[in-house]
Amino acid sequence: MAYSDHTAAHGDHEHRPSGIWRWLSTTNHKDIGTLYLVFSCVMFFVGGLMAMLIRMELLKPGLQFFDPSLFNSLTTVHALAMIFGAVMPAWVGLANWMIPMQIGAPDMALPRMNNFSFWILPFAFMLLLSTFFIPGGAPAGGWTLYPPLVLQGGNSLPLAIFAIHLMGASSIMGAINVIVTIMNMRAPGMTLLRMPLFVWTWLITAYLLIAVMPVLAGAVTMLLTDHFFGTSFFSASGGGDPVMFQHIFWFFGHPEVYILILPAFGVVSEIIPTFSRKPLFGYSAMVYATASIAFLSFIVWAHHMFTVGMPLAAELFFMLSTMLIAIPTGVKVFNWCATMWRGSLSFEPPMLFALSFLFLFTIGGFSGLMLAMAPADFQYQDTYFVVAHFHYVLVPGSIFAIMGGVYYWLPKWTGHMYNMTLAKWHFWLSTIFVNVLFFPQHFLGLAGMPRRIPDYATQFADWNRVSSLGGFAFGLSQVLFPIIIIQCVRGGEKATNQVWESAHGLEWELPSPAPYHSWQDAPTLATIEHGAEHGNTM
Amino acid sequence: MTKYLGRLAIALLSLIAPAAHAEWALNMPKGITAVSRSVYGLHMLAFWICVWIGVFVFGWMIYSIVAFRHSKGAVADAKLVHNTKAEIIWTTIPVIILIGLAVPATKTLIETDDASNSQLTIRVTGYQWKWGYEYVGTGVSLLSTLDEKSNAARQLGSGIDPFTVEHYLLNVDHPLIVPAGTKVRLLITAQDVIHSWWLPVLAIKKDAIPGFVNEAWFTIDAGTVGTYRGQCAELCGRDHGFMPIVVEVKSKDDFDTWIKTQQAANAAAAAAAAPPAAAPAAAPAKAG
Repeated sequence: MAYSDHTAAHGDHEHRPSGIWRWLSTTNHKDIGTLYLVFSCVMFFVGGLMAMLIRMELLKPGLQFFDPSLFNSLTTVHALAMIFGAVMPAWVGLANWMIPMQIGAPDMALPRMNNFSFWILPFAFMLLLSTFFIPGGAPAGGWTLYPPLVLQGGNSLPLAIFAIHLMGASSIMGAINVIVTIMNMRAPGMTLLRMPLFVWTWLITAYLLIAVMPVLAGAVTMLLTDHFFGTSFFSASGGGDPVMFQHIFWFFGHPEVYILILPAFGVVSEIIPTFSRKPLFGYSAMVYATASIAFLSFIVWAHHMFTVGMPLAAELFFMLSTMLIAIPTGVKVFNWCATMWRGSLSFEPPMLFALSFLFLFTIGGFSGLMLAMAPADFQYQDTYFVVAHFHYVLVPGSIFAIMGGVYYWLPKWTGHMYNMTLAKWHFWLSTIFVNVLFFPQHFLGLAGMPRRIPDYATQFADWNRVSSLGGFAFGLSQVLFPIIIIQCVRGGEKATNQVWESAHGLEWELPSPAPYHSWQDAPTLATIEHGAEHGNTM
Repeated sequence: MTKYLGRLAIALLSLIAPAAHAEWALNMPKGITAVSRSVYGLHMLAFWICVWIGVFVFGWMIYSIVAFRHSKGAVADAKLVHNTKAEIIWTTIPVIILIGLAVPATKTLIETDDASNSQLTIRVTGYQWKWGYEYVGTGVSLLSTLDEKSNAARQLGSGIDPFTVEHYLLNVDHPLIVPAGTKVRLLITAQDVIHSWWLPVLAIKKDAIPGFVNEAWFTIDAGTVGTYRGQCAELCGRDHGFMPIVVEVKSKDDFDTWIKTQQAANAAAAAAAAPPAAAPAAAPAKAG
């Protein structure tokens, strides 16, 4: 607490340009965090609009609105926008805001690169989204970009690939920045095993990013040379191998899905202890479980390709290694349950979203376990069962954790409390309708509906109608989210430094709103221990 | 005005009220082969295991949410941060459950892999957007495309109600005919891009990849006859949703008759197409 007066004095010495130039030239971790989060929110609505259009077409059998090619473009770009535009930038935004505050650092280690890595993104997405308006339309081969189909793509192919290169470069820079910050800028006394779980999960995520984004860049570059420079990496007629692309893609793609979910584990591990008024159960087990999941993510990739015709030994290996992931994931879920056990629970919006995450991510985990079993996967692969599975882990998984994190830290960022009633409405509408939207898709997949089709046989009509109506309601209820945030930025009840009664960690030792430069003087050991006493016991 | 309101009401009602063709299907078919039944069994085993884990985990969460409420005066036990015994238990039990799942999964997987001793081989080729089938060694082959009625109804703004089309999008002009009670091997490949041949009742989904030949096999229960439907399961371009797979299962005898009819028809067609001058020239060679 000795900190606050000191910062207030510093607050007067903030030299920053005003207006648009502040945002273009900023090297401040909070400004860049805000930029990332705003960008992510915009892309969430862009990707969401595409989802609404997809569900509109699928409301009834028969083609109502779109040519099948446009439908394929919508599913392809929806995925790219949500993964690379909404979820990943949201995590980088939260990392920018929170990591320096949580480890007692004044800013990120590489502030100029931080600015650069953000400002690449809007251009990358302008390129990608502009393909909707060029002759031949946007990429329509699925976000997985499988050749030879993707090579039929025409003019959109090089634009989409260049956009993916830019997104990859941005992610790698963001990851380097996170690693360098965590490794070098922790306050004295903030040992690795005292770090909050969000910092831990992000550290591991950053290593995953550095390991796999170049692999994706390599794969799409080979597509580019196959298309324009006469190589035959993936063309069987030239001696290449179309399946090799899938191996390379999923060697990136599987760690990528953990890049989307590991920081969510971190956020939930911060929220549940706070609102259970109890330290996190099994802190070090959580760290090791995260590291094991990250390791396993590199040796399970071909479970995305069980139907591709691999030898029996390979199918067995990837089936068994995939099933192993259930163990560290189970440890995490049990630890969260044990954190609530004999706690003193209250249900503010961040906790509500964390609980929803806990229930619904577990359902996604169950379908994941079923999908791991290769013979059963022959039935599930490329059906709506898979669509239901990955939307359960990504929407009520990653996205609910992001929303929970925003509701958790928003008072710290703005200095105001937000409208709790409206936030609870946002929670209940989201939680109810996300299930109406995605749960019936399990049934559709089992009944035999393939994914990525614009029209379907009439026996799939009933559940598709339910799913679409749930989708519209879910999409509409998301409008509450920016409304609540804008209201909170503009004003509201003054937030205390600790904000939540039982919040512990260095960010809660700072004033609300947090000063422009977080910890210009490193926190004292006493402050760190005060922050950590409820966090972990190491 | 009332007319439009009435129409709107009907449109809304048609969304809410179950359609005449309501199916509300929830689960996968058990199928018509021993393998498909063991896949179904595996699926149900995994499902019930998930249900029981869910009852336990969700019960635990719900109990905590109900019993340990701050608003009801619950006091947190801040010392409860570690319990080695509990942690060993909840690591070990999942391992045992996973082994219980892995053993039958491995067995079924090995079963699906053994295509030896097949009695009939069919080459399946995926095209944008139809399927080609060739009965290897018989000279019989056919192309299988979406039927006319579905194709007319599925056009953008066709105005044809899909519910009036029988087997909308799941019907073809020439179905694949296969015999029951016979071990059939499929050699699956593609001409242009990757497709995937999927027939749920066989629990077979195998990618058709240009330049690769994948293998799958099935033995349909003897005594089964009927028509079974599936779809291409790998995005293959604009009309990916419009290249169904229809398999008609015949008894072994009916199948043999069918093959012979096809061969005879092929021979007749070849004879009709051959130039007249060639016929006498061939005759002495046969006689000799």
